[in-house]
Amino acid sequence: MRHVNWERIVSVLLLAPSAIASAIFVYGFIGFTGFASLTKWNQLVPDFTLVGLGNYRGLFVHPRFQIDLRNTVVFTVLFLLSCLALGFLLAVLLDQRIRGEGVFRSIYLFPMAISLIVTGVVWRWLLNPGTPEGGSTGVNLLLESIGLGFLKWGWFTDPTVLYIRPESGIGQLLHRVGLGMFTSPNFGMSVAMVSVVLAATWQMSGYTMALYLAGLRSIPDELREAARVDGASELQILRHIIVPLLKPITLSAVIILGHISLKIYDLVVAMTGPGIGFSTDVPAYFMWETTFEGNRFARGASIATILLLMVAILIVPYLVSSTRREAQI
Amino acid sequence: MNAQMAEPRKGVSPRLHWSRVLIYIVLTIFAVLYLMPVYVLLITGMKSFAEVSLSRMWALPSGLHFHSFVKAWTGGIAAEGFGELARFGGLGKNFINSVYLAVPATLISAMIGSINGYVLAKWRFRGSEVLFPLLLFGMFIPYQSILIPLMQTLNRMGLYGSIPGLIFVHVVYGIPITTLIFRNYYASVPTELVEAARIDGANIFGIYRHVLFPLSAPGFVVVLIWQFTSIWNDFLFAVTVIGNPEVQPITVALNNLAGSLIVEWNVQMAGALLAALPTLLVYIFLGRYFMSGLMAGSLKG
Repeated sequence: MRHVNWERIVSVLLLAPSAIASAIFVYGFIGFTGFASLTKWNQLVPDFTLVGLGNYRGLFVHPRFQIDLRNTVVFTVLFLLSCLALGFLLAVLLDQRIRGEGVFRSIYLFPMAISLIVTGVVWRWLLNPGTPEGGSTGVNLLLESIGLGFLKWGWFTDPTVLYIRPESGIGQLLHRVGLGMFTSPNFGMSVAMVSVVLAATWQMSGYTMALYLAGLRSIPDELREAARVDGASELQILRHIIVPLLKPITLSAVIILGHISLKIYDLVVAMTGPGIGFSTDVPAYFMWETTFEGNRFARGASIATILLLMVAILIVPYLVSSTRREAQI
Repeated sequence: MNAQMAEPRKGVSPRLHWSRVLIYIVLTIFAVLYLMPVYVLLITGMKSFAEVSLSRMWALPSGLHFHSFVKAWTGGIAAEGFGELARFGGLGKNFINSVYLAVPATLISAMIGSINGYVLAKWRFRGSEVLFPLLLFGMFIPYQSILIPLMQTLNRMGLYGSIPGLIFVHVVYGIPITTLIFRNYYASVPTELVEAARIDGANIFGIYRHVLFPLSAPGFVVVLIWQFTSIWNDFLFAVTVIGNPEVQPITVALNNLAGSLIVEWNVQMAGALLAALPTLLVYIFLGRYFMSGLMAGSLKG
């Protein structure tokens, strides 16, 4: 359609404020943060003397940051696996023409509407392990009362880090093949992270359930019928027809949840804080503390830039491909 | 469609019947697990301090006591015997702060999103296909990567530490998601309607006012709910932009309340429930639209 010329100009003018705002507040600010990360601004008063990648070098040898990176990887992997597995299971079950499906669906999804701060406060109370003198509390108490007392443990207060010991069989093997670096706690897993994963899964698994359910509903019934006629069992249909067809949904869930878990901050603040020996610390927490409490702005900017790069690697290809696909339609 | 769904499958064998019972059992167990935190939240909030013994934390309260909620709202002395040292502020004023924050910020960002969406869906120009993903990128970034310059800029604008400042922040960083939802919504409005209005002599403003805007109600509901929920629940911007406890939104105040070890659990839980209530009510009554926003967030329109 041909538009009168002034309307073209108006249409651009209508978008201009948002475009300019995003040019300044997103791209300009990211640029400034990137610049600040290369300076000596590690006290309250700005000092924009350039130091190259010094702040980054400092971070990667900083014990706390190494722990943070390890925790982020552990959190992301566990959180993704649990959300995908639980979401898929619930979606498949709900897709069996369930009476009261709407009620179940609402129950699995409602935590999404709640602030992560509320989630953190409640789960800290639930997973509070109690004391040897005062007795168990929370989930530990519940486990005890239903005869599963052997399952109780310290939850987020347990500072244990699981890792491959250098003296163990696997450890020695790794040393022999030159992978000795993996036998350090930096490539381990802090068990306290499991509590944070549990709370985050409670909050977000409904989202994967909803995504998968929408995907299952879009698979035509004829496909399943045809497979049934050919003598396929329900499990075979699930494995060879449904799961492959749901791959794009799994991919978007991994990307959306993955970028959320890289950024995770609120939940850790409200639930555990950095934990004993930084057992539940994450880069976003370190960034806030070092920047706004420690006034080490350049170091904070470096952490922020690393976070941004990790998120961008995940998001940019996805963003480009989904908007391009849309444009073709 | 619904009637068809309710019909049992043809040729259901007795074995399949048992598996259906199993499905219901599994679904119910998970429903109980998902509701468990809410159960604890409710019963702990309704207990009196004398009743919040740790060994009985799963037991029902002896009766309905609402004084934990009153205390969480108005503040008071946290623990007996500590006197003024244990005084804490209530969440009431912070709840009001959150209302003053979330309502205007939600309305403004919905308006902006609607206009952006209109232009991007119906007035595409050279470069608008490039502009759109560039705008969208803003909703995925870790906000840590803009916090430092944001604080300085707000300071210079005289907006640092105030609710209007926080409104401004939420409006700016709400542009991507509101634009996305409205663009997808307006894209589904038939272009014939726009063409017909043009033939009747309507211009770019007339088409919006007389054709698109009157059809926008469902789009607005989705965007309003989405923005209200995210702004109400936000913590990172709030804790960075506002330091003064009197001005803080409820998420920051709740975190402080829960962080102070002297405040009793029943008051903490009552406070958590107060903070969760508005978005929970929105979810309960308008959950369908909440879902649409959720799906839009994964770029699935």
